Amino acid sequence: MNLTFQFASLAEFFDMGGYAFYVWLSYGSAVIAIGGLIIHSARKRKSVLAQIAQKQEREARLRQHRSQTQ
Amino acid sequence: MWKWLHPYAQPERAYNLAGSLFPWFAILATLLITIGTVWGLGFAPVDYQQGNSYRIIFLHVPAASMSMSAYMAMAVCAFIGLVWQIKLADMAAAAIAPIGAVLTAVALLTGAAWGKPMWGTWWVWDARLTSELVLLFLYLGVIALYASFEDKVMAAKAAGILAIVGVINLPIIKYSVDWWNTLHQPNAITVGKSNNMPPEMLIPLLCNIFGFAMMIGALSILRFRAEVLARNSMRPWVRALVAKENNA
Repeated sequence: MNLTFQFASLAEFFDMGGYAFYVWLSYGSAVIAIGGLIIHSARKRKSVLAQIAQKQEREARLRQHRSQTQ
Repeated sequence: MWKWLHPYAQPERAYNLAGSLFPWFAILATLLITIGTVWGLGFAPVDYQQGNSYRIIFLHVPAASMSMSAYMAMAVCAFIGLVWQIKLADMAAAAIAPIGAVLTAVALLTGAAWGKPMWGTWWVWDARLTSELVLLFLYLGVIALYASFEDKVMAAKAAGILAIVGVINLPIIKYSVDWWNTLHQPNAITVGKSNNMPPEMLIPLLCNIFGFAMMIGALSILRFRAEVLARNSMRPWVRALVAKENNA
């Protein structure tokens, strides 16, 4: 199996045989889209936990308020 | 088997099991996608017809094929949720939908960027492209339906029915290149057939296909766990988790 680097130089690699714009547009947009998805998915658990904590605090405040007014 | 499987239908067990599986999916995905992409971009031989523009294939085919597999997985989860009323399956379906939508968008974007230099146009309204666009709208419909009900049991029912009906689109996408005349080239690789593609191109492509599959697994786990927490927020075990997280 032939496993040599297919380009003579790094500049040629980035040029992609004249198709640089299309190849890097593809890879760039994919990295942005999938990267955004990964970040959003990774943060989702934390944000859910924070929301639940907020909800619990509100409930605790309400309960305290109710016991004071009685 | 059902006796053994049943405990995993409890939210807490499912949450912990998914958490322990996550590293394996994440490591395999990172490894496979790195190998496949570096190999595909730099070391796979140049295509004799399309030159270096064909290197888009290493993103386009994995994203497109996995967008369909993810849809099937989502529909199976939705079906299990509807028929056997297993809420965890509904949560899994809700977790997969946004991931599938992003993959479908990537397949369409990379396809457009490949179509411009090869066909001379970013977009044509032919069968393959249009049916893939319909897949994106199906994903967005499932996401929107699930988000638009406060009562998540209702939401899962509505979104699940759309997901199941939408399965009809999958064979249309798959066989569109055989059924209709299209600019889109026929499938480059087929399971169980001898392929014309040389191994120097085929192996990095398969690396990325399996890498994308593992990535879907990893991301589904992340979103599934968040969904389980959100829908069990009143349970003691979630309360304990919240308390632990806030003290840390």
